[in-house]
Amino acid sequence: MPLSWVRAKEPFRFFSRLSLTIITGKKVKNVRELLDEIKQAPDGVIYQHTHRFLQEYQYWIHEPPNDFSIWVSQALKNETLGEKLSAIDTVRYRSLQDLRQALVTTLEKYFKQGGQDREALEGEEFSLLQTVRFSLPTTYQAQDLLEFRDILKKISLSSLYLHVFEARLRPPLGKDDFSHWLEGELEEKGLAKQMAKLNPYTQTLEGLRQEILAMLDRRIAEFHG
Amino acid sequence: MARLEEYRDIIGPQLLEELEMLAQRLQGKTMLHVNSTAVGGGVAEILNRLVPLCNDLGLKTRWEVIKGGEDFFAVTKKFHNALHGDAQIILPKDYQVYEETVDRNLSEMSLEADVFLIHDLQPAALIKRRSKDSRWMWRCHIDLSHPQKEVWDFLRPYIEKYDACVFSAPQFSQKLTIPQVLIPPSIDPLSDKNRELEESEVSKILDRLNIPTDKPLVTQISRFDRLKDPLGVIEAFQGIRPYFEARLLLVGGSAADDPEGAQVYQEVVERAKGDESILVLSLPPTSHLEINAIQRASTIILQKSLKEGFGLTVTEALWKGKPVIASAVGGISQQIIHKHSGILVHSIEGTTYWIQRLLQKPEFAKKLGENGREHVRNNFLLTRHLRDYLLLFLFAQTREDEFIRL
Repeated sequence: MPLSWVRAKEPFRFFSRLSLTIITGKKVKNVRELLDEIKQAPDGVIYQHTHRFLQEYQYWIHEPPNDFSIWVSQALKNETLGEKLSAIDTVRYRSLQDLRQALVTTLEKYFKQGGQDREALEGEEFSLLQTVRFSLPTTYQAQDLLEFRDILKKISLSSLYLHVFEARLRPPLGKDDFSHWLEGELEEKGLAKQMAKLNPYTQTLEGLRQEILAMLDRRIAEFHG
Repeated sequence: MARLEEYRDIIGPQLLEELEMLAQRLQGKTMLHVNSTAVGGGVAEILNRLVPLCNDLGLKTRWEVIKGGEDFFAVTKKFHNALHGDAQIILPKDYQVYEETVDRNLSEMSLEADVFLIHDLQPAALIKRRSKDSRWMWRCHIDLSHPQKEVWDFLRPYIEKYDACVFSAPQFSQKLTIPQVLIPPSIDPLSDKNRELEESEVSKILDRLNIPTDKPLVTQISRFDRLKDPLGVIEAFQGIRPYFEARLLLVGGSAADDPEGAQVYQEVVERAKGDESILVLSLPPTSHLEINAIQRASTIILQKSLKEGFGLTVTEALWKGKPVIASAVGGISQQIIHKHSGILVHSIEGTTYWIQRLLQKPEFAKKLGENGREHVRNNFLLTRHLRDYLLLFLFAQTREDEFIRL
């Protein structure tokens, strides 16, 4: 069947994710205070300290970082707890609420197991910041696989980031936008499955774009072949 | 002045498109920036470039400068130092001079706009005439973390009338009843200080300045100020010998109008006397091209400050792909991740160690420089600054604090 015949009823509309950072003015100086703040902070605070890094360092292949783990390791010199916090796989959770709960569970378990607390030196307190997220519709929309591939070459990395990773935090689906659309509109179950497995911590966002393009090219070649 | 289109090759077409789409959301709005000077200083430098770019995007943007006599600027200089935490003797008359000058400006200045961005303390009290429908933002370019109480008590009621205020780093902020937004400063990749230079152009400038390039250049560019620790830099550099051959270059601004600067310059010259590997150079404040060439010719750039604002000299060096060794103070840790996009140090000994390491491992040094440049491209160029201001205006319009659909 020629590829051009497979047209989506609902086109894929590409959006961009932009953000502004708010200084909340709140600071914590030990793990206990951090735990209290994580429990009650707005979602934007959790987002800021678990997702900011990925956007600011788009060119870098790095470990799954969150600001909490870095601060606990470096300012509080608590490398064991820092390691446990950094092992929380940010992109595995299906909502910010789930991610928050994972952080809370790790910190509470630390205290239950008799973990000690210490205070950061003056000037090394943790400043809580909050992200305001903006969703900006782009002019791009795709109705079939060819259009989808061609647009993917042009979109910004923040758009790619939004649809592949941040979408996974959006309840109730908890899955990336690309695989949802490919499966639901184009019946591309195989592609959708591959897409759902993408991990931001194994390559740069540009590398990720190239990987998705290669998947699409292979699929398109199958059609033509 | 550079047009927006000229940034396409540097930031890529996607980001340019995003700027255009954001601007579409603000079409029809008029914007006004107010600061205290049209020339000289970082704020005027940024506005000179930012305002034309806003107009390029179709946003009607004006820039006004608050007018005042010597007495007004003497008072605001005192206020400025006081907000920085440097205790000042403030007289009741000082507040009066400030209020009267602002009132005079209010009666003379055209305050017709939908969105206002008021820069620093000099024009801050203009807010007293705000209209209901307009949005006012206060842009604080200084470190406000330890202000002198009486001056802050005077200014704070004005600041809290704004819709939001903007700081360059979280640690510079204050507890306030209005939202505080984090927007770091930026550099312009097309300015004389940062634009690409041909190797021949760099050589010509270095020849003119009598800077030999027979050995690797280790450079610190900063005004001659004790907080930049130039003597510590000399000590750190001298520690690398006899193992390494290099030349230290300390470049600073002209010290003619700054008595303490002149004194520090003399101390530096005195300390460097007899050491042929150390060059001390004082350049006029307009030497942007010269600074650019020196940074590009350097093997390593240092910024061993004891205290720092945001540290735009670090941003400039990173943008040129240079390995930077800098103190973990002020905004520098926002720019450098240790051993990834540069080196963060805390002591003279640490600085010596890392100069040696980077001279010894040029491939590692090169990688640091490349990462630093990409980090600046993503986060500290003028176009990012412009995008953040557009987002700030949209934020002030909607007053949502979590999620905004455009």
